[in-house]
Amino acid sequence: MTPGAIPRFAPGMKLREDRARGQWVVMGPERMFVPDETALEILRLVDGRRSIAAIVDDLAARYDAERGLIETDVLALFTDLHGRGVVTGG
Amino acid sequence: MIPAPLALLAELTHRCPLRCPYCSNPVALTGPGAELDTATWARVFEEAAALGCLQVHLSGGEPMARRDIAALVAAASGAGLYTNLITAGVLLDAAKLAALAAAGLDHVQLSVQDAEAGSADRIGGCAGGHARKLAAARLVTAAGLPLTLNAVVHRQNLDRLPALIELALALGAQRLEVAHVQYYGWALANRAALLPSRAQLEAATATVESARAALKGRLVIDYVVPDYHAKRPKPCMGGWGRRFLAVSPAGLVLPCHAAESLPGFGFPDVRRTSLRAAWERSEAFNRFRGTGWMAPPCRGCARAEIDWGGCRCQAFALAGDAAAADPACALSPHHALLGAAVAEAAGAAEGFTYREPGRLPLPKAPAAPFSATKVKG
Repeated sequence: MTPGAIPRFAPGMKLREDRARGQWVVMGPERMFVPDETALEILRLVDGRRSIAAIVDDLAARYDAERGLIETDVLALFTDLHGRGVVTGG
Repeated sequence: MIPAPLALLAELTHRCPLRCPYCSNPVALTGPGAELDTATWARVFEEAAALGCLQVHLSGGEPMARRDIAALVAAASGAGLYTNLITAGVLLDAAKLAALAAAGLDHVQLSVQDAEAGSADRIGGCAGGHARKLAAARLVTAAGLPLTLNAVVHRQNLDRLPALIELALALGAQRLEVAHVQYYGWALANRAALLPSRAQLEAATATVESARAALKGRLVIDYVVPDYHAKRPKPCMGGWGRRFLAVSPAGLVLPCHAAESLPGFGFPDVRRTSLRAAWERSEAFNRFRGTGWMAPPCRGCARAEIDWGGCRCQAFALAGDAAAADPACALSPHHALLGAAVAEAAGAAEGFTYREPGRLPLPKAPAAPFSATKVKG
């Protein structure tokens, strides 16, 4: 995954609220992922239009952290989720 | 406080055009006249979501044998559940699939019996079945629905695992589930014809590992390993009554789909009780919940909360006692039974007893009523 890639949830993967447990989950067939607070902030910005760079810009504008550090974290998350088949990106 | 279940397995029917000799349905199949109606299933889905379930697996038998399958998908989806259709595919057509997609279906899991039609049709006991499945897979992807290919593997198809992986890619599946047969019920009756050799198993595991690395980001491969060559049991269902519940075609609420075969249980009936009461308060769900019921070697074992004593159905099937340690564990006094079964299978014939109503004798009732002393230990 590169800064120019536009991440999308892979077919069958959905970000949804789990009210019974007070959390958000990424649901897929026979599996689910529970993102931590940071990952959830990033995944909420996945809309099939924004690139990874645009997601980083959005987070950099809202959080008091260096853009380079945010980009490293965001790329690492999407690379990991891409390897697990949770997101696609081209 | 009992944690809420994550997933519901809804076994909508035991009707199925296939006759797989390893079917996970009980030997005593339920007839169509005893099946729950649409409204009752809709209530079950609402109750499951309220209880905390996130996902429902619509299974069977063959769920497409239900004429109300689109209404059932709509009810489950409307309740907020992620809906997964587990199908053999032979009854699917474009119109039915369009109705399911419109009803909110999230995902299709399609079974294949082999990578090659002649063998697949023989294993499934359904002439022409494999070709219909391939057509069904194309319909699923054409409808824009995500597809998992499910391959139950055993001695008679395991050597074609590389071809099964190729098939999953060719059909556009995002995910492949390679599941070794679990040996209870029908599969136990066919065990000698199905058990793989150790060499076969090792080759298959190596194939999965290299394919996973090569196909990372393209195909997710889930691999369910077989017990019979293991030293430790699988954490069956993630533990009895911990994450998962099943409802049978006739409405019994079960900790796993095979539990109906265990003697000495009065499983709750969803027509008479709520799913929450069954999950939280029934004797059946509480009997093997947690670790308090365990006897040695499980009691005090460092892995007690990792494997949860393994599988209760396998303990009953092999050791004759559902409260015993799973014989898949090397610490079980019955562990040698597994090695003996592997040795027996090595020279055994390849014919099957197919899954058909009345084909197998029902399990014998235990000589004594189920031992209550073992429950609390």
